[in-house]
Amino acid sequence: MQTGVTAHHSVAGDQDDRALVAVFSAYIVSATLWLLFATGVGLLLAFKFGAPEFGSGAWLTFGRLRPIHANATFYGFASIVLVGLGYYVAARSSGTRLYSAKLAWIGLALFNLAAVAGTIALDIGYNDGDLEYREWPWPIRLIFLAALVVTAWNLIGTVARRTSEDIYLSNWYIIGGTLWTCIIAVVAVLPWYQYGLGQVAVSGFYMHNAVGMWFTPLALGIFYYALPKLLSRPIYSYALGVFAFWTNLLFYPIIGSHHFLFSPLPWWLQTTAIVFSVAMLVPVWGGSANYLLTMRGRTRDMVHSYPLMFIFVGVMGYLTGSTQGTLEAFRSLQEVWHLTNFTVGHSHLTMYGFVAFAVWGGVYALLPLATGKHAGTLGLAMHFWMALVGSFIYVISLSIGGTIQGLDWIHGLPFIQSVVDMQSYYVWRGVGGSLMFLSHIVFAWNVWRMCYGQGVEAQPLQALHGKEAVA
Amino acid sequence: MNKLLLVAGGSTLVYACLALMMGVLPGIELSKTPAGQGVQPLTALQAEGRDVYVANGCSYCHTQQVRPLGQDKVFGRPSMAGDFKYQTPELLGSERTGPDLTNIGVRQPSAVWQYIHLYNPRAVVPESIMPSFNWLFDVVARAPVGVAPVPLPKAYAPAQGVVVPTRKAEALIAYLASLKQPALSEADMAMGGQAMAGVAGPVTTGSASSAPATAAATPAAGYDAARGAALFTAHCAACHQADGEGLPGAFPPLKGNAAVNDDDAGKHIDVVLHGLSNTKVGGVVYSSAMPPFADTLGDAEIADIIDYERSSWGNHGKPVTPGQVVTARAAAK
Repeated sequence: MQTGVTAHHSVAGDQDDRALVAVFSAYIVSATLWLLFATGVGLLLAFKFGAPEFGSGAWLTFGRLRPIHANATFYGFASIVLVGLGYYVAARSSGTRLYSAKLAWIGLALFNLAAVAGTIALDIGYNDGDLEYREWPWPIRLIFLAALVVTAWNLIGTVARRTSEDIYLSNWYIIGGTLWTCIIAVVAVLPWYQYGLGQVAVSGFYMHNAVGMWFTPLALGIFYYALPKLLSRPIYSYALGVFAFWTNLLFYPIIGSHHFLFSPLPWWLQTTAIVFSVAMLVPVWGGSANYLLTMRGRTRDMVHSYPLMFIFVGVMGYLTGSTQGTLEAFRSLQEVWHLTNFTVGHSHLTMYGFVAFAVWGGVYALLPLATGKHAGTLGLAMHFWMALVGSFIYVISLSIGGTIQGLDWIHGLPFIQSVVDMQSYYVWRGVGGSLMFLSHIVFAWNVWRMCYGQGVEAQPLQALHGKEAVA
Repeated sequence: MNKLLLVAGGSTLVYACLALMMGVLPGIELSKTPAGQGVQPLTALQAEGRDVYVANGCSYCHTQQVRPLGQDKVFGRPSMAGDFKYQTPELLGSERTGPDLTNIGVRQPSAVWQYIHLYNPRAVVPESIMPSFNWLFDVVARAPVGVAPVPLPKAYAPAQGVVVPTRKAEALIAYLASLKQPALSEADMAMGGQAMAGVAGPVTTGSASSAPATAAATPAAGYDAARGAALFTAHCAACHQADGEGLPGAFPPLKGNAAVNDDDAGKHIDVVLHGLSNTKVGGVVYSSAMPPFADTLGDAEIADIIDYERSSWGNHGKPVTPGQVVTARAAAK
């Protein structure tokens, strides 16, 4: 089963290159620590909505922790875990070793340096403005850019040494996403066109692209590798994957301004963003259909394989979250939902329901192949169900609460009424968030077992309850 | 190798073009937007205050953009491109967990209120979930000469000593006080009308979009009690408090207030229309300023608020009609 490589045959075979395994494990471990930190901060923030004096003082004040939570999630957890997975996929699908393990280690050091320095800077009140996801002072964002450049270079070098003529689809997404994000980082940091309303336009561009041209393509690339691997069957349509790649590239960069509907940004910019938000249904539905059709008729395997379940939820998160994004871009719906907690629900549906579940599926599918150690079904089950139920509660409570908040405003109630009406939904958000955080502790335990534990041998499709030994 | 060049290089080239088109070029063009009429750069102290605002992430809960939508009218007129000339970093924000602050200098001109609220928001708004910023204040045995201690309600004051703002708090409050929307020029109005052409529904015209059935639905004899209560909560309760008691030493009570219970409602109407400052109420001098509501509220709304105040908390002032407000408005001109 394990040698059933469908995409491309791995020259290295089962004998994993030790350097690659070391790099891969280190990225996953590092990202896991960031996940615990970022979501621990997130949980503290969630509590503050119900108990505003909980965790008082300058260093724990809401407005400083909020960007710490978002940036640590994005640039600590998600970026590092996706790059770690990206290295593994690039090397394995190209049937070669890493171009340079050393560069990978330098990249990891740079990612961590940026995230640590950024966190400290934000907490002592030093930022480049409350500009969503680019609050880190610019020298720190240059460190992050350096990490991206190193990563892109290393990925391209690895794929250039591939043993076959074709470049496997995953690598399109992984290399593309890394290179595009270098451009995003440069656009975001140069100051000359970022005054007043000009900066608002750049914010609109950045807020959306930093998410959809970085996390999305890498996570999709992981899907394209992990799914065939887990199912021992090729992807449903290679051509559809290529089509989704180019349409995503053409449509996505144009939709950023839909974050500023009804703002003083030029009306044409807003309308263009709405039109292309609708166009985004093409790559989203095309890509999702491709994954779901790859899984067709294999429900039985799915219920027996938590990695597949994680990926299935990830695909559904991608499909529903992105479709929801298109709907939110309509002016009529923005009138209700803009500036409410509905947006917070949406961002967690996408970053959590899609990206986090995708990377967890990838980690559970691929890390055991690299280390030869498996985490055990109990751990996977606990992680999966707590994360799934927690995020459901989280997203649904904020979606309902956000809608009520928006309607309160439309009905002209005193503003404070919308704060009061949110209270019970804030409590539910805290409940969901607590479950999510607990699931991350289990994830950390699982990662530990896959990297350092005695673990049972990896058998992705046969990881049935009876076979599992508790290490 | 060629294929790699196509996928990596080709897609990156395409992306670079799109980034230029959607990020950089609009940025260049919009950075040149001239200041609107009356839009002023910040003073040194106000700019320092904005740094405090930014450092502590105020814009994660407070927007600074008034949309051309009915529900945003309470926060001011719709924001125009020229309003943002001096706003770098931009502070439009993406969430309204708390109210919009675009025009807060007009909507809440009282520095005393701002200090109390900053020290502990629940001292003035019991339902507030904003964090306390008491670490922007010092507790001292006695206030230095020329500095007024913050008149905190007993339940929120430290057991010993008095509370005085630090330099950072002073700067922040100065910044908030500077957030005032200048009136629109006619050219701006025309532009705004164009921009809003695509928006469904009425927007800038009329006074209270939140309650379109104003005067017509109000019976001549009574008043709309529910709306009066809602308007009071939205516009008055932050200072005068929901129980009408005000805050001792900071904001005068309306409960048992002479002007509110006087059969001649002239003074009461005048104060709501035009605001007040440095006045003696019940033997106590209140230094904090009350904002005028003549420009923000309609006649029927003002009458509802006044009638609510005149008939609550044991008050028994004679009710007023929207017509009296119209007369008072005309008389002031």
